[in-house]
Amino acid sequence: MTPNPYLWVVPILPLAGAAINGLLGRRSSKKAISTVALVFCGAAFAMALYLAAGFSSASAPYSFDLAHWIRSGNFQVDFSFYLDQLSLVMLLVVTGVGFLIHIYSVGYMWDDDAYYRFMSYLNLFMFFMLTLVLAKNYLVMFIGWEGVGLASYLLIGFWFTKDSAAAAGKKAFIVNRIGDFGFLIALFLMIKHFGSLDFTHVFAAVRSLPTETTGAGLLTAIGLLLMVGAAGKSAQIPLYVWLPDAMEGPTPVSALIHAATMVTAGVYMVARSSAIFERAPMAMMVVAIIGTLTALFAATIGIAQTDIKKVLAYSTVSQLGYMFMACGVGAFSAGIFHLMTHAFFKGLLFLAAGSVIHGVGGEQDMRKMGGLRVYMPWTFATMGTATLAIAGIPPLAGFWSKDEILWQAFNASWVYWLIGVITAFITSFYMFRLMYMTFGGEYRGAAVEGAHGHEVHGLDAHGHDDRSHGHGHGEPHESPWVMLGPLVVLAVLSVFGGWVAGYNNHFEHFLAPVFQGTSDVAQEASPEAGKSTLEYLLMVVSVGVAGLGWFLAYLLYSRRPQLPARIAASLGGLYRAVANKYYIDELYAVLFVKPLIDGSTTILWHGVDQGVIDAAVNNSADAARHVSDRARHMQSGNLRSYAGWIAAGGAVVIAYMVWMGLR
Amino acid sequence: MVPLSYYLLLSGILFVCGVLGFLIKRNIITIFMSIELMLNGVNLSFVAFAAHWHALSGQVFVFFVMVVAAAEAAVGLAIIIAVYRTRETLNVDQVNLLKL
Repeated sequence: MTPNPYLWVVPILPLAGAAINGLLGRRSSKKAISTVALVFCGAAFAMALYLAAGFSSASAPYSFDLAHWIRSGNFQVDFSFYLDQLSLVMLLVVTGVGFLIHIYSVGYMWDDDAYYRFMSYLNLFMFFMLTLVLAKNYLVMFIGWEGVGLASYLLIGFWFTKDSAAAAGKKAFIVNRIGDFGFLIALFLMIKHFGSLDFTHVFAAVRSLPTETTGAGLLTAIGLLLMVGAAGKSAQIPLYVWLPDAMEGPTPVSALIHAATMVTAGVYMVARSSAIFERAPMAMMVVAIIGTLTALFAATIGIAQTDIKKVLAYSTVSQLGYMFMACGVGAFSAGIFHLMTHAFFKGLLFLAAGSVIHGVGGEQDMRKMGGLRVYMPWTFATMGTATLAIAGIPPLAGFWSKDEILWQAFNASWVYWLIGVITAFITSFYMFRLMYMTFGGEYRGAAVEGAHGHEVHGLDAHGHDDRSHGHGHGEPHESPWVMLGPLVVLAVLSVFGGWVAGYNNHFEHFLAPVFQGTSDVAQEASPEAGKSTLEYLLMVVSVGVAGLGWFLAYLLYSRRPQLPARIAASLGGLYRAVANKYYIDELYAVLFVKPLIDGSTTILWHGVDQGVIDAAVNNSADAARHVSDRARHMQSGNLRSYAGWIAAGGAVVIAYMVWMGLR
Repeated sequence: MVPLSYYLLLSGILFVCGVLGFLIKRNIITIFMSIELMLNGVNLSFVAFAAHWHALSGQVFVFFVMVVAAAEAAVGLAIIIAVYRTRETLNVDQVNLLKL
């Protein structure tokens, strides 16, 4: 392990930015705020690049102990940072995509009154996320883990005057808390049984234990509890419900936190704990099953959503499911690979969606969009690229990573593969549906006549030069370059990112040292033999279903736009169930939320709080008041009555002394 | 020779008269005189003990008390005059401006 004193600088930089903007931002100009936010975030990115340039697999992993923290007998936890191949990938993704989204935010949030607050939160998020990925032990990781949860809460509820945003923030925080509970218990188990939270110590201890093939033991318990934490943070069944609601936050937040970085923390944590999972096959199977089911489940909900951001939110949940599926079948590097490409294309999709929303004056309903291809060509081009990437059209990024996952899943069980392919088909369908509804056809917004408004608005009079007009009226317009720039960069990454890394399994070889010892699972049995005819066949199938999904979307939403409504009508109940997200929120409300609220109201509030605690306080206060009510009559304010009391007291004392003297 | 207890009894009676006068009377001058009565009751017991024990300190104390009482009388009477000029009454129950 090579010491590297620069590691801690990376997370500290955004923290400094957050502190400066948070404390001084209220009085600074927007230019100054942007400069601070971008400089500190960019410096973190530059630092990450510097670390990457100096990174060599031979001397990895690097580590640095910043300060002592907990010293208790043999148990010790320090503020330590750690950089190996896995954290390097995460580091570059987080700082790189994060920096691009910072730039984008300058354009997107410029008109907001609390601009400084937003930029400060974004930087704060970067700090916690970098702490999370650079941690050397589970406790420092947990700091980052909780911190990103906090930043997420602050940013979802950024427009906190809106009730739905405040509620969504709370929901995200509370649901995550359930997951954190599992994570914490897992940490307690590690402390109890391994006496350490340090990655190297824990994994060394774990590797000395036998694989738990028969029955569930300690490692299975730890693995499952970690998965509970991951399911909360990464929005998997059954804790995914917060992510779609989190779309109440500003769109750059959705891109940064709820697509590209924070929600992948669970995947990172599971991959980081690969040593534990590979000794607990049962826990891995649960991971794979949860991932697979989530992928399919969320994708089906995505079909029927009309809010452009909700579609992307469910798509994110679904893609995260893919990553967990990969981890569950032992293909950790494939999962991380998909995490990376997903950060590119999903970040891009969200930013492009933000650009669309910006362009049409805050409208998010796709039924009121359409025809934007003409108004916003750059957004259209970049979003189209991302759509091709997520659908898995070669040679874009998504194709490589998704194909790798599907191939590894097939090696584990054909069931995973089949569900994965079905999900790929649905993914392709709903993404192209989104594209056709948003950019295809004619513009349906603003025109009150609705479907009758065939008057395509003139394009020449409005456009790029006239950007000063307010939102909410006028023509859809292309976004400024400060927003389009990041889109273009991410589009380039979405195209080439996967190709560079996926070709000849470069990426997998790079990450191999982190996941070594993963012998008993399907991971990388023989990378050369991987290019068998079977793999090519599966590749053709997955590309085929992607094309099929595209075609179907084209058919339904471009050729015959009246057809979807008729299909929806004929499906009746099923369609309603999907459009209402399978009533999961309602189910949770009945099963958990309502009993909790009722129980809290009747027992905890009226019973314990009012009946015991308040009663104790109030009654003792009442008693004191009654006693003093009597006693206060002694203090009448009448001087002679005081003198009388003094005289009476003196008489009592004298009587006592006399009586004592007589005895 | 008169025994000590007679002096002490007289002193106690004087003091109790002073206390009762202080408690019962409303006229501020009477109250003032009651205070003097209490002081003199105490003075009497001082000199009685001093004579009984042949110790001078008791008599010295009495002089001190007289000096203080004289000073107090000077200040107190001045206050009473001032109060009478403003309130035109000597009833202490009506001099309650500072009372809550």
